[in-house]
Amino acid sequence: MSFLMSHILSIVTFLPFVGAGIIAVLVRGSDAAVARNARWVALFTTLIEFVLAMVIWLNFDGSSAQFQFVERADWLAPGIGYHMGVDGISMLFVVLTAGLMPFCILASWESIETRVAEYMIAFLALEALMIGVFCALDLVLFYLFFEGGLIPMFLIIGVWGGKRRIYASFKFFLYTLLGSVLMLLAILSMYFTAGTTDIVTLLHFHFDPQMQLWLWLAFFASFAVKMPMWPVHTWLPDAHVEAPTAGSVILAGILLKMGGYGFLRFSLPMFASASAVFAPLVFALSIIAIIYTSLVALAQEDIKKLIAYSSVAHMGFVTMGLFTLTHQGVEGGIYQMLSHGVVSGALFLCVGVIYDRMHTREIAAYGGLVNRMPIYAACFMVFTLANVGLPGTGGFVGEFLTMLGAFEANTWVAIFAATGVILSAAYALYVYRRVVFGALVKPTLQTIKDLSPREIAILAPLVVITIAMGVYPKPIFDVTSASVAQLISDNKMAREVDHPPRIAQQGVAK
Amino acid sequence: MNLQADLLVLLPELTLAVGAMVLLIGGVVGGDRTTGTVSWLAILLLATAGIIVYRDAPASAFGGAFVVDGFARFVKLLILTGSALCILMAKEFFDRDKRVRFELPIIMLLATLGMLLMVSASSFIALYMGLELQSLALYVLAAFNRDSLRSTEAGLKYFVLGALSSGMLLYGISLIYGFTGSTEFAVIAHAAGSGFNLGLIFGIVFLVAGLAFKVGAVPFHMWTPDVYEGAPTPVTAFFVTAAKVAAFALFIRAIIVPFVHSVHEWQQIIIVVSVLSSVLGAVAAIGQTNIKRLLAYSSIGHVGYALLGLAAGSAYGIQGMLLYLAFYLVTNLGMFACVAAMRRNGESIEDIRDLAGLSRTAPHYAFAFAALTLSLAGLPPLAGFAAKFYVFGAAMQAGLIIPAVINVVASVAGAFYYLRILQIMYFDDPKPAFDRGTGAGTAAVMWAATAVSIVFFFIPGPAIAVAGQAAQALFS
Repeated sequence: MSFLMSHILSIVTFLPFVGAGIIAVLVRGSDAAVARNARWVALFTTLIEFVLAMVIWLNFDGSSAQFQFVERADWLAPGIGYHMGVDGISMLFVVLTAGLMPFCILASWESIETRVAEYMIAFLALEALMIGVFCALDLVLFYLFFEGGLIPMFLIIGVWGGKRRIYASFKFFLYTLLGSVLMLLAILSMYFTAGTTDIVTLLHFHFDPQMQLWLWLAFFASFAVKMPMWPVHTWLPDAHVEAPTAGSVILAGILLKMGGYGFLRFSLPMFASASAVFAPLVFALSIIAIIYTSLVALAQEDIKKLIAYSSVAHMGFVTMGLFTLTHQGVEGGIYQMLSHGVVSGALFLCVGVIYDRMHTREIAAYGGLVNRMPIYAACFMVFTLANVGLPGTGGFVGEFLTMLGAFEANTWVAIFAATGVILSAAYALYVYRRVVFGALVKPTLQTIKDLSPREIAILAPLVVITIAMGVYPKPIFDVTSASVAQLISDNKMAREVDHPPRIAQQGVAK
Repeated sequence: MNLQADLLVLLPELTLAVGAMVLLIGGVVGGDRTTGTVSWLAILLLATAGIIVYRDAPASAFGGAFVVDGFARFVKLLILTGSALCILMAKEFFDRDKRVRFELPIIMLLATLGMLLMVSASSFIALYMGLELQSLALYVLAAFNRDSLRSTEAGLKYFVLGALSSGMLLYGISLIYGFTGSTEFAVIAHAAGSGFNLGLIFGIVFLVAGLAFKVGAVPFHMWTPDVYEGAPTPVTAFFVTAAKVAAFALFIRAIIVPFVHSVHEWQQIIIVVSVLSSVLGAVAAIGQTNIKRLLAYSSIGHVGYALLGLAAGSAYGIQGMLLYLAFYLVTNLGMFACVAAMRRNGESIEDIRDLAGLSRTAPHYAFAFAALTLSLAGLPPLAGFAAKFYVFGAAMQAGLIIPAVINVVASVAGAFYYLRILQIMYFDDPKPAFDRGTGAGTAAVMWAATAVSIVFFFIPGPAIAVAGQAAQALFS
């Protein structure tokens, strides 16, 4: 037990590779047998992962802002070590990742029929790399996981995707890669300035303000693409539309969160002054994202594309909240990421349900589904309203807090962001009406069936989580608040080193 | 030092020289039937030389013209490994083609001998001697498929352009000799350290031009695509791995040791060559459909990245370069083993579109191919990333930020064509399966290289430490 607890992050990170190895090496037999066994191995692995993630949560000390479950070992070079650990900011993302994966495996149970074993291997490898991103406490290690995750996602979109899958997969890969190689150079120059890539040490290392600007921009290049922020968001709609359902869930649910996590972990604490300098830029881009992509979403014909654009808008709230550097804003940003992870994932699963039946994502091909699919309509309703940010759902808490933070930082930003809320209600309800309500007139829809038990098993827990997150957010804030408070005070102190308050300066002058 | 002690320092080279001659006599007497035996004996010779190199102590011979140091040992072991595996692949490749000739392993042995001399050379005369021995053997190897038009053309082109570059190199050497009064690296270092003049700079420019040709860097890269495409696959593998590593080692030693105190005098040239190579390698490869031609452009790109480590002019940069060479050698050996296994209906094929759907017709083979491709692209978590990490790190440390940015952006453009190989293998509809029966040796090379690429990051320590020690040897 003590071994488990002292290495739990390594175990939770590398266990999926073990599952993938089992599928690759041990699963043998006819195609059908291989497919069946691969599915079960993958499901079993992801469930163990989820249990381990819950163990981490239960043993996590929320009152401390320190990194917990820390592991260290020598690795690449002096100053570049194998260092794992989680704090209140990263821990919940591990839980989110581990929590979404079983749903992804279940959602692919029947819809993926070709090359099932390879599909499951790709997903398990992806899970390992994503969890590694959130656990890594060394920049190089982080980068390894961060960029390594591109390869399985590239294959998932390219092999099991839709018609334009090759275009989408290349665009996804090259966009993200271009952003992250600039970050790599920044990491290298940080290494030679500070002598280490250990994140805990770097959090308290003070970079020269001029250098901070360049480092901040390089990291921004990576995270803005990943997030994605306007105007580098265009890979996302393509990737979402072409990816298989579970791929979209992971993209929206977790990969996008890596950008926000990166801002929280690196940009805000390490380049505090630069973050303050560039905050107006981030606000501007966030507001453009919120308003512009909401308008774009309004005009979409394809359900998945619509949700993709709405994701960009919601990530706009996140970046806005994070860069307010207020307690509410940052906590709201984190909460928004977590709830959006659940809600957007659930929305893609909902789209997957009807796509599996009709093999089209055209909004115009649907209408009146409520008549034949009442349970589905109810689930879809909950997630749509959560996406809008209705009070009582998970989406509300984060959106409200980020706007509260924005109001404190800059009233205009909050005003513009608030119009985005209205627009999000407009596009979400508009699409819901066109798909679910109205008369069931289309002949192809006459025989459509309501949710199967497997699909209910997928969507029901997500409905519960979505509402629980809206009604009782305390367990999450218990985890995050100490770390966020630490982040904000560190950031403030770091900025005061670069720009001492005027009173202090006068004191020195006298 | 007496002659006996001098010769003892050159024991690995002497072993190869004597062994090659004995094998030649044996081959002439026995004819092509003995090719299998000759190949195995050649591998055995290389292994013996490897053991001797491994146990060598630092020494110098012939008045300092040849040195054995950590750097030479590291590179020599790489070269010997590369040569032995190429001979193994060549044997199996030509066996399948039914075109066995006993000369091939012997010429490869002689080329290897030249490479070992190059790596140890510590004066320009010794350097030139080793270089020419290697080059002459390589010209013959390029044209080895003598009934093929492309192969003979490759050999001829290589010869003419190679002779031109050797001329430039000699001209540079003579200028350096004229202005410093010596061909010995140590003496030149002393003379160049006390003052630089225009003549010496001219000498360095010609020297770099000649060396850039040998490693295939832009703007002296024109021969690489034609020669790599035209030569038989195992021979191309030999060019890409052992010969390239040897040329790089020569480049490093001939620039760093004599001119270590005047980095700023030659840094600019290396930066320009590096940036041009990586950009051209990335862009020109996009349109290629022949896998060997594509890998030729990819190798031009890799030359560009690796030279960034040299441009840094620091021990850290050389360490990065040595890691790069090790990675490059291993990955390309695996890659060419994959290419050698591309056969349909008994014919060797080279068009990347023939790889379509390989992941379904031969999933394990496709996996190895994909892992090696991604490693060449320098993507984490594969070994290629570590190599890039170190050379880019050295560039950042030396303050070469703009070249590093250009190179890293070029590497993204380059990722496109590597991904295209993946796309063809994994996304496209299958074509008929390849022939089975790739030789056990070729398959072993492929899998060993794949394994190294994948597990490198789990145990990176030893390789990095060894490369670090080897690089230090040049600066002590």
